[in-house]
Amino acid sequence: MSGLRDAFLSALVALGLFVPLVGLVTTPSDHGLHLVVRPVATAVVVGLVFVGRLAMLAWRGRTRRDAVKANRAFAERITRAGKYVTPVLLAAAVALPFTGSRYYIDLGTLVLTYIMLGWGLNIVVGLAGLLDLGYVAFYAVGAYSFAILAHTFGLGFWTCLPMAGLLAALWGIMLGFPVLRLRGDYLAIVTLAFGEIIRIVLINWVSLTNGPNGITDIPRPTLFGLAFSMDGGDGTVAGFLGIEPAVIQRIIFLYYVILGLALLTNWVTLRLRRMPLGRAWEALREDEVACRSLGINVTNTKLTAFAIGAFFGGFAGAFFATRQAFISPESFTFIESATVLAIVVLGGMGSQLGVALAAIIMIGGLEALRDFLSFLGDQMNNPVFAGIASELPLYRMLIFGLALVVMMVLRPRGLISGRTPSVAMTRPKEIAAELVAQGRG
Amino acid sequence: MDELCADKLGVDDVARVMLSVSNLTMRFGGLKAVDNLSFEARTGDITAVIGPNGAGKTTVFNCITGFYRPTGGSIALTHADGARFALERMPGHRIAATARVARTFQNIRLFAGMTVLENLLVAQHNVLMGATGFGILAVLGLGRYRAAEAAGIEKAKYWLDAIGLMSRADDPAGALPYGAQRRLEIARAMCIDPVMLCLDEPAAGLNPRESDELNHLLLRIRDGGCALLLIEHDMGVVMRISDHIVVLDHGKKISDGTPVEVRADPAVIAAYLGEGDEDEVPA
Repeated sequence: MSGLRDAFLSALVALGLFVPLVGLVTTPSDHGLHLVVRPVATAVVVGLVFVGRLAMLAWRGRTRRDAVKANRAFAERITRAGKYVTPVLLAAAVALPFTGSRYYIDLGTLVLTYIMLGWGLNIVVGLAGLLDLGYVAFYAVGAYSFAILAHTFGLGFWTCLPMAGLLAALWGIMLGFPVLRLRGDYLAIVTLAFGEIIRIVLINWVSLTNGPNGITDIPRPTLFGLAFSMDGGDGTVAGFLGIEPAVIQRIIFLYYVILGLALLTNWVTLRLRRMPLGRAWEALREDEVACRSLGINVTNTKLTAFAIGAFFGGFAGAFFATRQAFISPESFTFIESATVLAIVVLGGMGSQLGVALAAIIMIGGLEALRDFLSFLGDQMNNPVFAGIASELPLYRMLIFGLALVVMMVLRPRGLISGRTPSVAMTRPKEIAAELVAQGRG
Repeated sequence: MDELCADKLGVDDVARVMLSVSNLTMRFGGLKAVDNLSFEARTGDITAVIGPNGAGKTTVFNCITGFYRPTGGSIALTHADGARFALERMPGHRIAATARVARTFQNIRLFAGMTVLENLLVAQHNVLMGATGFGILAVLGLGRYRAAEAAGIEKAKYWLDAIGLMSRADDPAGALPYGAQRRLEIARAMCIDPVMLCLDEPAAGLNPRESDELNHLLLRIRDGGCALLLIEHDMGVVMRISDHIVVLDHGKKISDGTPVEVRADPAVIAAYLGEGDEDEVPA
């Protein structure tokens, strides 16, 4: 009975919210804006909230212990499944271009870029436990380093790639020196500000960056000196192989480049985790004071985490620039940092597989959701739902946000929350998330 | 070191002086937590620092191990090879890394989410890091890192055996029972190969059996040639294993000597039983 009352109250709140959001639509007409009222659509949404609240109350009716147990079991299952998921994902990633669909390959490239950024940020946030809200700064430094080097000195992608990485790492160290004495929230604020500073400098330093207009004509990567161009002559991939030049060849090549870069990031991270440096990062996340008492130079260790994270961010940035062939400060807003951080947190801090899954769900899933909603909208020819159907794809952010909230309620430590030991005497055992610290900067 | 002290100790003892704290003062705003404190700790001894709550014991420890920078005074450490370190001027991590002073904490500070073995390997960070060739060689699988890590694991095994946790090497440190966590923290500190180990209330919260095991462990460490400095409330532990006791009250040294001497010292009895000062006697 109290459940019904609770659900009714929730529906009431939803009514208040959705009458202006869904129920009233302004459409431009000859006589200015025209207000359209949509009672049915509003009723549907409010009804959904009512039913959803009831279902949630019923689900919560289970005892807390059941919930914890279920959560544990899920963690164990997903860890065991991880052994099989990894090769399957890798095989799928390698095989994707064989679909030949430009749409899928482009989407795959986008997802892989975010996976790489997620893995890079995972070093800083997941392993070292330093909350970095300005990761996009290093992405931007990488992209602009490549673009400017390429334009000024006429260098190619492969020459500029390591330089872009090193320059980003340099910026990581320059940011790190003054701010790493800060902790937790304070560090987060300063890194956030740093991300914005870089963006604003890029907008205003017109002589170097061409300001808000951005940099165009950024060179494409070559395959062992062979370009992907449409003329099909000597010195192009198509001419060398004697095949018909097509845009898709370049798209596929770019896809494999980012796959390679992402796997490099993953490999280095996995190796470093088993090294003293990686262990020191994790120890730092667990307890900074204890690290100091063991003779670990806390500042240097944090700086290396920042620098290596920034290095891979710079790689991803250079790739982004070469893929788009055009960059402008608008691509490097705070929302990018937030997306990458959300990927790391949702995936489970420190878990490489978790980050990859989270990127697939967040970037690929969002795209799939848009497709699905458009499809659903097309199918709904019922005039009653017509209003909602045409706008269904616009609701994807709402659905997405809801999914994130549900996710955080069910699995607050991310998809894969346990920690795998970096070394073991006999057989490594997964460490429960409850024991692993999340770091306070 | 002053003349009087040298006279009393004799030449042999002077050579064995390892830690010499002189005129140490630590002020927090208007509060003098440690007031003009001088004492010495010798190699091969267990030196206990005792005193009522708030006497400034942990502050002294934090000054010695570099967590606080003393307001005044000096802390000199001498290694067996004659190398001297002015601890009051060194940054915290260098005190552990080069002066080789290790410490444990009153509230245990293990890396709870890492395994017991990982905890012991993190403690050997500087040695292992030196073998990785700035990280680059080791990432590529080159260089002598593999051998260095094997040696590190051997050392970890030695200490695991010493604290009786060999069977739990792959369990997370945070899942160990309290007493085992205390022992592990000591083993972790020993993994930096210290010349001096500072223990902040190692027996706190231990049952009599665990406390007994702890005594054996501490004596074993002392006999291994490492000097021990100990803060402790458990008088059973202090009186049984210490060779030398320094008693603090309100940041000042009120007594210094062997357990027998200290136990008989009226100033100590007064501090512990809370005998009122003269001016508190009602008129």
